[in-house]
Amino acid sequence: MSKLDKAALGEPDSVAPSTADDAFLSVRDLRIHFDTDDGLVRSVDGVSFDVRKGKTLGIVGESGSGKSVTSLGVMGLHRSARAKVSGEVWLDGQELIAADPDDVRRLRGRKMAMIFQDPLSAMHPYYTVGQQIVEAYRVHHDVSKKVAKQRAIEMLDRVGIPEPAKRVDGYPHEFSGGMRQRAMIAMALVNNPELLIADEPTTALDVTVQAQILDLIRDLQKEFGSAVIMITHDLGVVAEMADDLLVMYGGRCVERGPAEDVFSAPRHPYTWGLLGSMPRLDREETDRLIPIKGAPPSLINLPSGCAFHPRCPYADIPKDNVTRTVRPELTEVGGSHWAACHMTQEQRERIWTEEIAPKL
Amino acid sequence: MSDDKDETKTGKPDASGSVLTKDTTADGDVLLKVTGLQKHFPIRKGLLQRQTGAVRAVDGIDFEVRKGETLGVVGESGCGKSTMGRLITRLLEPSGGTVEFQGKDITHLGTGDLRPMRRDVQMIFQDPYSSLNPRHTIGTIVGAPFKLQGVDPEGGVKKEVQRLLSVVGLNPEHYNRYPHEFSGGQRQRIGIARALALNPKLVVADEPVSALDVSIQAQVVNLLDDLQDELGLTYVIIAHDLSVVRHVSDRIAVMYLGKIVELAERDQLYRSPMHPYSKALLSAVPIPDPKRRGVKSERILLKGDVPSPIAPPSGCRFHTRCWKATEICKTTEPPLVELRAGQQVACHHPENFEDQQPQDTKLLSSAHEAAEENTTSAVEK
Repeated sequence: MSKLDKAALGEPDSVAPSTADDAFLSVRDLRIHFDTDDGLVRSVDGVSFDVRKGKTLGIVGESGSGKSVTSLGVMGLHRSARAKVSGEVWLDGQELIAADPDDVRRLRGRKMAMIFQDPLSAMHPYYTVGQQIVEAYRVHHDVSKKVAKQRAIEMLDRVGIPEPAKRVDGYPHEFSGGMRQRAMIAMALVNNPELLIADEPTTALDVTVQAQILDLIRDLQKEFGSAVIMITHDLGVVAEMADDLLVMYGGRCVERGPAEDVFSAPRHPYTWGLLGSMPRLDREETDRLIPIKGAPPSLINLPSGCAFHPRCPYADIPKDNVTRTVRPELTEVGGSHWAACHMTQEQRERIWTEEIAPKL
Repeated sequence: MSDDKDETKTGKPDASGSVLTKDTTADGDVLLKVTGLQKHFPIRKGLLQRQTGAVRAVDGIDFEVRKGETLGVVGESGCGKSTMGRLITRLLEPSGGTVEFQGKDITHLGTGDLRPMRRDVQMIFQDPYSSLNPRHTIGTIVGAPFKLQGVDPEGGVKKEVQRLLSVVGLNPEHYNRYPHEFSGGQRQRIGIARALALNPKLVVADEPVSALDVSIQAQVVNLLDDLQDELGLTYVIIAHDLSVVRHVSDRIAVMYLGKIVELAERDQLYRSPMHPYSKALLSAVPIPDPKRRGVKSERILLKGDVPSPIAPPSGCRFHTRCWKATEICKTTEPPLVELRAGQQVACHHPENFEDQQPQDTKLLSSAHEAAEENTTSAVEK
């Protein structure tokens, strides 16, 4: 893509002058495409963001919006034969996309680690939990099995598993859902990673267990000062965890900014739609939810212009049919708060304050 | 255990009966009445397959569903809410208690005798991917109830199916398509159309929206709402998402380990939950407002997991995780009684209400720990 595109996407200097320097992870114009029999799937199509140490970035979006593919791209977990990955991923000053896969492998697990959604399928059923944590530790540390096991017990204890010395020899199926997720967090953290990516870490869990796990992740982040990327579809979870927020739609970022700003003054109709679709416990009971019409788009045949226009109730406000022909770029709407919409700032501000906010 | 059972069986119906008369709806409007309902799944071991124990999935629950209302059922996974749904639709046979539908006992009816009742009770399933036969067209799927029940709708099955499809917001021309050609939300609509085909009186929906995206969830929730208004349906909606349940329900039952711990009018439950478990459950729901992050001291963090339903704790089943548990909680099971109009609670030491067992003040050691944990986590934040 052209320079123009890049600049509009928010190059480091334009986002906020400081982020480029102190960002632990910088992703620039990340594109991940898959060639399939049905056509080219543009799962991620030009996404940029920064995460600083000790901070949490929340990525929200519906299924198929490209949020998980983004995280796997950062981890370098896409097979090169299948996926076409371009753009830049800077982790602590090192570029990963163009780097030797072996170098990335050495970083993976140590400098950056991942917590997956479904611990039952992410853990090997044949090995004990302990063996799997020991393996993760010994890949990066030249220690004996005994020392590594001690470390594994320590980690299980740290994530709140009772009787860690006993449970370390248990198999994943012997753990309950919440315990398994804890064990996976222990595995991810065994090498003290500085970047932790949590992909829907609590989606499969009950609310009470979810509260425990979110608390744990928050505590561990405080303790180790790591950067965290939290991928979820649950705006409640994001509001609780994230300092910054990235809203994805159809493989692109439609809005991004400090979490408080995005929640209190969202500037993209899709974000409004997400907020309106969700029944909330902190508000008076409303009669009806305000759903987004239609369904998420196919990533093979993204709608022309703004990918959201077929579902957007305001698509006809900008003149000259521009929403259907020209793709809107991210523009700054306030202190490091960006949104990609053709409507003018004033129009969006008016719609939000007059039409959307009172109904939420 | 048997004592407890007797207690709930004999004590309960009277209590809930009196609740009803007090309410706006008359006694005759009760569509479904469940008394002492139990389902124990036997665990068999060894060569002789002798029964060595049982999973007490549903262990003595009583409730009523009134005509035109929506009863929400919430609880954590493994609390027996789905089993309950399958018992009242008679997809499973209860191992104890009774289920009465429109005054008729359907607890142990055979397949043939159940058929007329099947017309009136329908189910919507959680997973729109596995609940539709991939080899059948939408027309066949939605038309199946007519064929099975031998109903000949006016204007023919095809026309009726197309009408149903448009009722749930699908294009009637999709009659000949297969399930894989639809998205998750559309499939859920197909499942709803099928459930509505025979004009049922009661629809039991087991997690109807939890497999869907947020924006689609809202569409389906609104659709269920509209259909209830138009067709006068009665719903039992089983879900784990407390915000969705609040949105759709008139009354809500909170389940824990096979028991109903609180059964209350929606607003009362959300405004002032009385069972400590309900309170903990509500406080755990993340609120989508970053500004509230600082003021989260009221959150109650439950320790550990739900105990196994194979050997549930004695007395009150929640006592192992409750921060208010005292000696009596360990020994005596609290009955589900109506403490406030429209709010039934099974607890010795309810929240937002006067203590039922004030003489018993000695906290259990586990309660001490739980309470300490809560105060420390509150202080931290």
